[in-house]
Amino acid sequence: MNPIVEFKNVSKAFVGRNGGVQKVLDSVSFTIAPGCTTVIAGGSGQGKSVTLKLMLRLLQPDEGVITVDGQDINSIGSKKLADVRTKFGVLFQGAALFDSMPVYDNVALPLRERTKMTEQEIRAQVSETLEKLELLGHEEKFPAQLSGGMQKRVGLARALQLKPEIMLFDEPTTGLDPVMTDEIYRLFARTQKNIGYASVIVSHDIPKVFNLADQVIVLDGGKIDVFANPEEIQWSEKKHIQEFVRTTMGEIYQSCNTEGR
Amino acid sequence: MFIVSGESWGRIIFTMAFKALQTLGDSTIYTVRDLGRMAVFLYHGLVGVFKRPFRGYELLRQIKFIGAGSLVVIFCVSASTGMVLGLQGYYSLHKFGAEGTLGSVVSLTLIMELGPVLTALMVAGRAGSAMCAELGIMRISEQIDALECMAVDPFRFLISPKFLAAVFVVPLLTALFDVIGIFGGYIAGVKLMGVSSGSYLQGMMSSVTNHDLQLGFVKSVVFGLLLVWICTGRGYFVREIRGAGFGAESVSRVTTQAVVMTSIAVLVFDYLITAVML
Ligand SMILES: Nc1ncnc2c1ncn2[C@@H]1O[C@H](COP(=O)(O)OP(=O)(O)O)[C@@H](O)[C@H]1O
Ligand SMILES: [Mg+2]
Repeated sequence: MNPIVEFKNVSKAFVGRNGGVQKVLDSVSFTIAPGCTTVIAGGSGQGKSVTLKLMLRLLQPDEGVITVDGQDINSIGSKKLADVRTKFGVLFQGAALFDSMPVYDNVALPLRERTKMTEQEIRAQVSETLEKLELLGHEEKFPAQLSGGMQKRVGLARALQLKPEIMLFDEPTTGLDPVMTDEIYRLFARTQKNIGYASVIVSHDIPKVFNLADQVIVLDGGKIDVFANPEEIQWSEKKHIQEFVRTTMGEIYQSCNTEGR
Repeated sequence: MFIVSGESWGRIIFTMAFKALQTLGDSTIYTVRDLGRMAVFLYHGLVGVFKRPFRGYELLRQIKFIGAGSLVVIFCVSASTGMVLGLQGYYSLHKFGAEGTLGSVVSLTLIMELGPVLTALMVAGRAGSAMCAELGIMRISEQIDALECMAVDPFRFLISPKFLAAVFVVPLLTALFDVIGIFGGYIAGVKLMGVSSGSYLQGMMSSVTNHDLQLGFVKSVVFGLLLVWICTGRGYFVREIRGAGFGAESVSRVTTQAVVMTSIAVLVFDYLITAVML
């Protein structure tokens, strides 16, 4: 199957405030297949969010090629770029809701701006999504009046409106309590089954998120390691991966043990 | 105690000169980049006005915010400016027995200079700062990124309606400023100081030409564009601005900077337009 997203030898560096150059990605290559779930893991500041922004051309790579559905996104015009971007649904790290609009308008915005649907059809579709995400009754509230978990769900509802082929989740559960975290992941699994999108999840919830993963990408010091499945990671020879396994996989066994009890 | 040989003195001076040169070069590159960014921003903001679908409701909202929202401020400032002009003008002209020209002095000063400049400064302080902060917050909370991800053009959606509203509303507010100011001058000069009503009005009508009105109009349009351009642009580029810092603080710094820059730009362009058109 042709990959939906492909990174070929992509490098990205930032010039720091004091003139120093910080290499965030160093000749990184990977692919994402349609319908699959990819987990991106790695410490804070290792370039996880940058990787997602590169896919959307919110940032441009210094070197290398990024293709979406076979198109090099950094050499297309603004019209084609708009088409490429509508293949994506994005849940930002901070939900990025439009905070001067109520929930309903937030969720309806992509439909109003990008489709020719009538207001009635929009209302039907938005209500359906809000119901699935257990947000009915909150349509008139503003984002600031919602809890963190609700904001994330509104963000998810908004991202789902244009029927994305690929969903990007940037730390969807950071700052949420464990109960809410479980609920969010159940929601992902359910919506993914319904809609059939590919998804890329940046997350620190290693044990929980690994259960969903078809592929795991570990970012460290500008280099990546790609694993076809979570089990492979445990048998890696590389030192920093072993370190990674030791600090994170411990939690898996712990959580297995507690579940077993 | 240090003993510094001639050779290392030379080295110290060389290093300092090199540092100074480097700083100068950095600032130059930054300034050129910043100007380029702002120029591209202006272009997109203007082009966005013609992009479909047109955001009519947003335009009305902005007109209400920039225009109706500024009425009280404009009223207070123009009335007091006009009255001060009337009083001050009366005392100066009285010395030469030329009180009869008060109407012409007040109206020309307001129409050609004070009306456009003070209106622009007031709107920049009230609405410009708010637009800058709004865009700055939308930028740092990734709302602008979110718009781009939905393939919604942030210029058409957010910025061009503000451009259009400002260019439409600032001349109207300026006209209002002029009228209230002239009326304020009338109250101070005629009602309080006893200049004859006929000579005040006659002086105004005979001295104000079409060209003076055009000058005031051109100024108000240019100032409206300048203020909306600088204020929205600074907010939009809050991440790129050197020394702005991060987060809430960056937005506050950039907002202050935007109002200061707008004020300076208005005064500079005031001189330039006067020099070219007068
Ligand atoms: N726009 C930017 N300008 C400069 N540096 C940036 C920018 N975006 C990210 N960085 C830097 O790149 C590194 C990776 O950032 P990010 O991808 O956000 O990390 P994370 O993996 O925690 O999501 C960080 O060290 C950050 O300082
Ligand atoms: Mg991040």
